[in-house]
Amino acid sequence: MFRSLFAFALASLSLGLLAPAAQAQSGVLRTVHQERSLYRNILVTEDDERRCMRFTITDLNGQNQSCRFYDDHDKLVFPYAKMVLASLMVQERPTRILIVGLGGGTLVHTYSTLFPEANITIAEIDEAVVGVAKQFFDYQETPLIHSETVDARVFVKRQGLRGAQYDLVILDAFNGEYIPEHLMTAEFLEEVKKLLPETGMVVANTFSTSRLYSAESNTYRQVFGEIFNVRMEGTGNRIIIASQQPLPDRATLESRVSALQARVARFDMDMSEFPALLNKNADWDLRERVLTDQYAPANLLNN
Amino acid sequence: MNPSSTSASLFSSNPIVLCLAFVSGFIIMAVELLGGRILAPYFGSSIYVWGSIITVFMLSLSIGYLIGGRLSLQQPSLLRYGVFFAAAAVLLLPLVLWSNAIMEALFVAIEDPRYGSLVVSLLLFFLPTAVMGMIAPYSVRLLVVDSNRSGHIAGTLYFTSTLGSALGTLATSFYLVLWFEVNQILLTMALILALAAALAIGTGLRLARKTG
Repeated sequence: MFRSLFAFALASLSLGLLAPAAQAQSGVLRTVHQERSLYRNILVTEDDERRCMRFTITDLNGQNQSCRFYDDHDKLVFPYAKMVLASLMVQERPTRILIVGLGGGTLVHTYSTLFPEANITIAEIDEAVVGVAKQFFDYQETPLIHSETVDARVFVKRQGLRGAQYDLVILDAFNGEYIPEHLMTAEFLEEVKKLLPETGMVVANTFSTSRLYSAESNTYRQVFGEIFNVRMEGTGNRIIIASQQPLPDRATLESRVSALQARVARFDMDMSEFPALLNKNADWDLRERVLTDQYAPANLLNN
Repeated sequence: MNPSSTSASLFSSNPIVLCLAFVSGFIIMAVELLGGRILAPYFGSSIYVWGSIITVFMLSLSIGYLIGGRLSLQQPSLLRYGVFFAAAAVLLLPLVLWSNAIMEALFVAIEDPRYGSLVVSLLLFFLPTAVMGMIAPYSVRLLVVDSNRSGHIAGTLYFTSTLGSALGTLATSFYLVLWFEVNQILLTMALILALAAALAIGTGLRLARKTG
């Protein structure tokens, strides 16, 4: 009963919001930390099972950015993180990883666990998020893992000028109420593409509804050609996977499942679900305008 | 030329001056908002980028007010008034033509996006905004015939131009960026300023012919 009520509440939430859909909560929600940064309110909440970071005070169920269970830090709470990991079927061993948007550091934890030798750079605009991730979510900087407090557009452009390369770029900066419009344009994606070697891949956690869904899909397609569009029931997120190489076909994806499953099982993930979800077909409006630096009304399109 | 005919003819041009002041108010804020869009690909859209833009706009307007007020001392006319609009139209064009080249160079030269965005804002926005700032005090001079009524007239002028600014902000942020590209909006603004210049100069010439 509680679950179905909750599902109803979720469904009635504004579908345009990108926040990962929260799962059923247990017990009383406590706010253990709250601060106002330059960009947002940051809250850390706890219930009986898990601790979450959220960026807004209202709408307490829908806006969690990042959560983890007390009893198992590996177990992924949100479908979107699993959808990101599904990209391992496309590119198996990234050694230089750029993550845009830290949140509670879920993806950093997951990728550094999977690839202890990998060099992971995080571009996070909000210093306060880094502080909260360190204090409440065990995010740690190491010789291999470091974050830069910087606007991702500025960082990507500078890294491009320096000739930096990343095997994997994860764009995870699109959450909730405000979308950084300059991180959604074809020009930005071209700058990201410059950072990719021949085998490089981009994985973006983005929107599955509204006109923005179409505009953004068309933008990625224009820059990268073919893309995998990953959608799942029960989440307002969708993942775009774009690669410098031709995308593998279904049979190839299937053939990679069993080897990967052994490695991702600890994250409470079933890789065999995903080959069917990696979709190359356009189920969006192909006429929606491509987003550019000249035309970037992402927030208006998301209304 | 006798005083009564001068005041009568200037009075007849008042609606035009108010209308043009409205237009300049509208365009100042439209350009300011687009400034955020122009700078974002190079400097992001953090609070300091907006800080740079707003600082430069305030600074340019203040200097524009000063210069416009000065210029209004010497034979104020609709002809000269029109020249401000023409100059503003021309000075908007570098935003369309050279902003990327300028930002490209400064992005490399200045690492700190705070100072990068400040310098770029100065280079891109100072001149057009200062010229548009000159329009306000000059408008007051064109409208005032009786010093007793100067406060009232200045109030009406501020009302009109600030209302233009409010609508320019709203129209740009709610609708124009959803319908058009940044450069299309800027070029349209330049065109409107050019038409405003033609209107002022045309009216000025006609008045001069009538009274002269």
